[in-house]
Amino acid sequence: MPEILTAPLTVSFPFTRSLGPVQSAFLTGLRERTVLGVRTRDGRILVPPVEYDPVTAEEIRDLAEVAPTGTVTTWAWNPAPRPGQPLRTPFAWVLVRLDGADTALLHVLDAPGPHAVRTGMRVRIRWAPERTGAITDIGCFEPYDPHEDDGGDGGDGGDGPRTPAPHHGTFDDPVTGIVAPARLDYTYTPGRAQSRHLAALAGRRITGERCPSCSKVHVPPRGACPTCGVAATEQVEVGPRGTVTTFCIVNIKAKGAGIEVPYVYAHIALDGADLALHGRIGGIPYDEVRMGLRVEPVWTADGRHPDHYRPTGEPDAAYDTYKELL
Amino acid sequence: MSKEPVAVVGIGQTKHAAARRDVSLAGLVREAAVRALEDAGLSWADTDAVVVGKAPDFFEGVMMPELYLADALGAVGKPVLRVHTAGSVGGSTALVAADLVAARVHRTVLAVAFEKQSESNAMWGLSLPVPFQQPLLAGAGGFFAPHVRAYMRRSGAPAAVGSLVAYKDRRNALKNPWAHLHEHGLTLERVQSSPMLWDPVRYSETCPSSDGACAMVLTDRTGAARAPHPPAWVHGGAMRSEPTLFAGKDFVSPRAGRDCAAEVYRQAGVTDPRREIDAAELYVPFSWYEPMWLENLGFAAEGEGWKLTASGATELDGELPVNPSGGVLSTNPIGASGLIRFAEAALQVRGRAGEHQVDGARKALGHAYGGGAQFFSMWVVGHEPPTT
Repeated sequence: MPEILTAPLTVSFPFTRSLGPVQSAFLTGLRERTVLGVRTRDGRILVPPVEYDPVTAEEIRDLAEVAPTGTVTTWAWNPAPRPGQPLRTPFAWVLVRLDGADTALLHVLDAPGPHAVRTGMRVRIRWAPERTGAITDIGCFEPYDPHEDDGGDGGDGGDGPRTPAPHHGTFDDPVTGIVAPARLDYTYTPGRAQSRHLAALAGRRITGERCPSCSKVHVPPRGACPTCGVAATEQVEVGPRGTVTTFCIVNIKAKGAGIEVPYVYAHIALDGADLALHGRIGGIPYDEVRMGLRVEPVWTADGRHPDHYRPTGEPDAAYDTYKELL
Repeated sequence: MSKEPVAVVGIGQTKHAAARRDVSLAGLVREAAVRALEDAGLSWADTDAVVVGKAPDFFEGVMMPELYLADALGAVGKPVLRVHTAGSVGGSTALVAADLVAARVHRTVLAVAFEKQSESNAMWGLSLPVPFQQPLLAGAGGFFAPHVRAYMRRSGAPAAVGSLVAYKDRRNALKNPWAHLHEHGLTLERVQSSPMLWDPVRYSETCPSSDGACAMVLTDRTGAARAPHPPAWVHGGAMRSEPTLFAGKDFVSPRAGRDCAAEVYRQAGVTDPRREIDAAELYVPFSWYEPMWLENLGFAAEGEGWKLTASGATELDGELPVNPSGGVLSTNPIGASGLIRFAEAALQVRGRAGEHQVDGARKALGHAYGGGAQFFSMWVVGHEPPTT
C-alpha cells in the first residue's frame, strides 16, 4: 500500500457585493463616522440595518442615526487572532447594542484580557483612521466610562444622538459595492485508490480498477464501481496506447493551466479501459486531430501525469470500436 | 388518498442582465418574488413555506444564502428549504415546492431561484485547482464541446445546425422583455462567423452570464379557485440522477434524462410527446443541446433531432416551439435558469407569455439539467387540471 497523498488546497476569490440602498447608506455612514439603523413597522431600530422587515416582510427604508456608544450584550474571548481578523492581539468578540438601537451589532472589543470584559459593560466605537465604507471602518470597540472620558484619539463617545434621530441616509460619493475576499484552506487527500494510481504514474504506468461485478475497468480509479456500488479490488494496467474518442479545440486560455492556445482537449480511451480519460493532444497540428486517432502518452521529467498524448502512427481506429465509449 | 392537484398561480422574473449592481442579492430575489405574488394576487402572509434554489455557493461566495434571504422572502416563522442540484436546481426547486403542495404539507408555497453571476466568476467556480490533477480546461464550454462533437458524428448533423438554434433563440428573446440578451442586429451570418471558443462551439452558440431571479407561487385547488389569472396545472414532475463519469455513460443522450422524460410523460399520460406537447422550454446552454435533448426527451428518434431543428419545427411558429422565451442561450442566471424553464412552460399554458406566446398552447414541458449532464428535472404542465 503506497502512502496516502495529501496536499494543501486553498480556494480564494475576491467576491464583489452590490449593496442595495440600505447597506449602501450604512457603510457610507460608517465612513462618515455615522452609525445608521433602520426603523421597523413596530418601531424598533435594527443595527446593522436590513432591507426588509423581519416581522411583516415589508420593504423598510426609514433610517435613523444611533450613538457610537453602547452596551455589551454577550461576548467570547479570542485568545489567538487569525489573519484577516480586526485586531492582531487577543480580543473579545462582542455583541454591542448601541445606544438607541434595539438589536446588537457583532464586532470586536480591544481589552487586555477576559477579566476586563463583562456583559453589560459600556463600550464605544474606536474609528479606524482610514475609512473606506466598510464594517472595518469601526476599527474596534473599546471600554468606555462616561465619568472618565480620556478624550483619546478614538473619537468622542459623546458624539451622536442618545435617542435615534431620523437620517436621510444620503451622502456624497456613496459606496455602492464592496469587495469581500473569501479564502478557505483545506488539506486535500485524493484517497487510497487515486494515491495508488498516482504512485503507478510515477513509474509511468497507467492503472485502473476492474469492478468485480460488471468487469468494467475504470481509469482513473475511484475505489468503487460508480455503477454497481461495490469496492473495486483488482488493479489493471491499461494503455499506454489509446484512441481519441472525441475532443474540442480550445481557443480560450484556462487560468492556471499554462497551456498555449489553441490546443486539443481530448477524451482518450486507453486500450483496456472502459471509459475515456482526459488529456491534451500534441505532436500533430491541432486541426489534424480527429476522432479515432491512435495516441500514446508523452512523459516529461517533472510531470506527474503524461504531459500530453501524441499520434502513434497506427491507422485510425474504426468508429465502431469506440462508439460505445462516447 | 390521492395527491392534491398542484396549480401555478403566480410567476415573476427580474429583468435579467449581465450585472444588477443596483440591488443586493436580497433585493434581486425580492423583485422576482414580489412580481410572483402580484401575479397570484397574494401577500407575504399568504405563503406557508419558501423553497430556495441556487447553484453552488462558490458562484457568489455567500454560504447558505437561504438564511440571509429569509427576511426578503417573507419566510420568518415559516419553513425554508434550500435545494441544490447544480444547473438543474431551478427545476428541482419547483418540483420540491410542488411536492409539498401535492402531499398537502402546505397549501401555498413560494419557490425562488437566483444567481448573481456578476459577484463572482462561474468559470473560476467550476475550475477549482484540485491537487494531483492536471489543469486542462476551464469552464463548462470545454467540458460539453467534445460531447457536441460526438453528437455530430453519431447523427451526421451538418455543422450549421447549432447556429440555427442560436439564431432562433436570440430572435425569440427579442419578444421576451425579461430576457438578458436583446441582440437586435443579429444575423445568421454573424452567428456563424462568431469566434470559435471550444471548437465545435462558437461564441454566439454559448449562454451569457446573467444576474437574475425567478419566483413562482404554487398552490392547491382552493388557492387556484381564488387566483385572479388562469393557473397552470402540474401534470407530472420527475427528477433523475447519475454519476458524472462511469463506464457506459452516454454523454450524448444520458440515461438519466431518458428515464426522467419517460417518468414525467407516464405521470402526465403523454404517449407521443411530439404531438401532445405544444411548447417546450429546454435547458440549452450550448446551441447543439437543442437537437441532443430533442432525442433524449423522445421528440425525435436517435440521430433525427437535428432534422427537427433544421426543418424549422422548433421555431416560435413551428410545430414544436422550443424555447419561445429565448432560453438559456439568451438568459443564464445559473441557479434560476431551470426555474425560468419551468415558469416559461407554465406561462405558455396560462396564455400569459405575451409576445412569445405559442398560440393555443395547452400542454408544455419544462426541462433542466445540471452538473456533468447528471441531474435532470422536468415537469409537464397543462391549462386544465389533471384528470387522475
